[in-house]
Amino acid sequence: MTVDLTQFHDAFFEESFEALDAMEAALLKLDIGAPDPELINTIFRVAHSIKGGSATFGFTDIASFTHSLETLLDELRSGAMAVTDQVSDVLLKSVDVMRAMLRAVQAKQPIDAQRVSDLQFDLEVIIARKHAAPPPSAAPQAAAPQAAAARWQVRFRPYRELLARGNDPLRMLRELGELGEMQVRIDAQSLPALTDLQPQDCHLAWTIELSGEVPEEAIRQVFDWAEGDCELQIGRTAEAAAEPQVEQPPAPATPAATEPAPSETVAAQADSQAEGPPEAPAATGAAASAPRAEPASKPEAAVSAHGDSGSIRVSVDKIDELMNTVGELVITQAMLSQLGGQFDGPQAEQLRAGLAQLERNMRELQESVMRVRMLPISFVFSRFPRMVRDLAHRLGKQIELKLTGEQTELDKTVLEKIGDPLVHLVRNCIDHGIEPPEKRVAAGKPAAGTVHLDATHRGGNIAVEVSDDGGGLDKERILAKARARGLIGANDTLSDAEIYELIFLPGFSTAEKTTDVSGRGVGMDVVRRNVKSLGGKIEVSSEAGRGSRFTITLPLTLAIVDGQSVAVGSETYIVPLISIVESMQLKNGNVSRLSGQAEVFSFRGDYLPIIRLHEVFGVEPHTRALHEGLVVVAEGDGRRVGLFVDDLLGQQQVVIKSLETNYGHIEGISGATILGDGSVALILDVPGLIRVASMRIAA
Amino acid sequence: MSANATVEQQHGGESRQVLTFVLGNETYGVDILRVQEIRGWSAVTKIPHAPPHVLGVLNLRGSIVPIVDLRMRFALERAEYTAITVIIVMSVVTSAGRRDFGVVVDGVSDVVDVNSAEVKPAPELGARGSTDYLLGLVSIAERMVVLLDIDRLIGRELTAIAGSEDGEPMAADAA
Repeated sequence: MTVDLTQFHDAFFEESFEALDAMEAALLKLDIGAPDPELINTIFRVAHSIKGGSATFGFTDIASFTHSLETLLDELRSGAMAVTDQVSDVLLKSVDVMRAMLRAVQAKQPIDAQRVSDLQFDLEVIIARKHAAPPPSAAPQAAAPQAAAARWQVRFRPYRELLARGNDPLRMLRELGELGEMQVRIDAQSLPALTDLQPQDCHLAWTIELSGEVPEEAIRQVFDWAEGDCELQIGRTAEAAAEPQVEQPPAPATPAATEPAPSETVAAQADSQAEGPPEAPAATGAAASAPRAEPASKPEAAVSAHGDSGSIRVSVDKIDELMNTVGELVITQAMLSQLGGQFDGPQAEQLRAGLAQLERNMRELQESVMRVRMLPISFVFSRFPRMVRDLAHRLGKQIELKLTGEQTELDKTVLEKIGDPLVHLVRNCIDHGIEPPEKRVAAGKPAAGTVHLDATHRGGNIAVEVSDDGGGLDKERILAKARARGLIGANDTLSDAEIYELIFLPGFSTAEKTTDVSGRGVGMDVVRRNVKSLGGKIEVSSEAGRGSRFTITLPLTLAIVDGQSVAVGSETYIVPLISIVESMQLKNGNVSRLSGQAEVFSFRGDYLPIIRLHEVFGVEPHTRALHEGLVVVAEGDGRRVGLFVDDLLGQQQVVIKSLETNYGHIEGISGATILGDGSVALILDVPGLIRVASMRIAA
Repeated sequence: MSANATVEQQHGGESRQVLTFVLGNETYGVDILRVQEIRGWSAVTKIPHAPPHVLGVLNLRGSIVPIVDLRMRFALERAEYTAITVIIVMSVVTSAGRRDFGVVVDGVSDVVDVNSAEVKPAPELGARGSTDYLLGLVSIAERMVVLLDIDRLIGRELTAIAGSEDGEPMAADAA
């Protein structure tokens, strides 16, 4: 029987990436010298499950690397080796390497073998060095209480036909391994000579030592399917004998090379307090997911909590489908409400009450579905502790990272796109903002600089702030640089805000020397462009010697926009409210023509060009006379224009639908939406519209 | 819709079902597996800068679907859209993935079985125009049915629309 394993690849990758995040978080919390055993266990579990998964799927490079890593972790877990700075560095690097390998395999790209083997070499050097010089004697004692739990001994001797009946011992063993820490001994005695070997037959047997609070039932469940196809003995051992650890064979029918690990690895683990009774049978469900050591462990063990957080994994497609259906329901409901208003008679009142109730429920349903797409911003923030640590290390600065408002929720699509701009900003703060320790001390500040990331909800938006207590933006240097680059004239006088704006210009970088951290001159303009493409804006404030603050304001979701409906002829368009400055009626006198063509009108002392929507979109309008219609003053990319429309219809929240799915991109249009009567209205992209219009005038 | 006019199975060749529809005096056929639904006419929302035969977009259960007038696509005389005008919603496979669109036709006739052995190649029309979107001609109940390759006829155009408007991104920060 063959199972197509590729169908599980996605789940494996997704889980592995999540597990690596957890491992990284745990590593960062790990105290040098006095590590929390629960954290080490978390780290170990991650390495172990990735190793298992990648072996099943045949990703041998990953399996081999994680094996070395696991060996090192085992030393740490047993306390045979102390956690030092060096070890923690290598482990963090291992996270990167594993992530890179998984990404490469996922994208079906070759793995960077050099990088992997270099690090694997480092790992092995550390392990070997430890063997050369035994660690301080304090270590083994400290780690002893970690696994105060009962041990199970499971003898598993499959009959020859086990494989032919569709059972895979490897998977059972792995399932066992998830119940608790496990040591496996293989019995390959009945293995015939290679020439006589029938690949369909199973000749191997295993003895498994399982520690942790595992109910017997959970163990029996693992072997449920193999019942009748094997001999199974499950017993309790009071104390663990030092068993030589044996590498699991990659596939059960293949005679595997067995490589006993150094025996002291296990010896140090022998625990004297193996008396703890197994948990009450009621806890079967919990025990099946992941055994946590003891209630005594600190509550901050939440690092490994993703196993039992009470959530399920749902594909975004399904949620989008749900959103579509709800959108349709809202339209139908609007239609019914309209219809219900026309009814008369004794029961009309009841009907209308029911419809009003329906409307309320619909709105709640829509909001709930929308909230399903929302994730806390901690998904993005969580990458910063590591990044800040590495950067601070490399630049010789002391930096304290403060994260607040991590639970602020925003739409998944926004979340995915905000990560890179934030990374840029934080890098800039560390590289340019925070001064070296000695300079800080000289300025009377604490040696360690603070970078603060904060997220809050403000109305329908989310505001993300990146601030530091460094030197602030250097106005003189920005001005000098801008002059040197010809971005401003030699004698231009600028306000502070205007000076800060300069750093967002393409090709501007103030780093005196280019480092690999930042300063390629692509930073801030890209940040601003990304933020704008999300419909947000970025502002900066700064105080010399006190630090700077960047504030990014973003819409909570890309799926909904607050819009103003406008009528042009028989068509309805939606103008995003964020682009609108105000709407006004023009009088005959305040419109002039430039060189006979471009129409401009005066607005608060400025002259703004008029874009006639009916011309741009080729629609027959109700009126061409400017004073009969209305002008919507709109802003895009820092430019203001007047959009000439027939009439304003109303403001509403609209759900954005893509035109690109079935058609294509239209310049000046950002998408479409479905109105209450089921018809489609196009949503204007004001910056795009300004570009189209200015090209038309130029042509 | 009348009963299926089934063509007798001939020796050899595969049989498949084709939805036939009328456009002017001609009958056309498309692979039934490409047809999503058939619906009545409702007013469309115009889209700017679209080719003339792309009438606009409609809301099809939550997704936005472009509507193509096949009469205009084939340079036939334009017909009025009335309550009995029919839109056939089909899906095409383009280089950019699956896309749905609707075509406006005069009327839908039948679902028929067509045996591929009976399909005659379309004659070369030379300079009169490209005919590579024609799969062939087949005679059903004394009528000639023109089999269309909608991937070629519509899919390519949709891809072209998506591609051509995708020009160089402009400098967004010309502050």
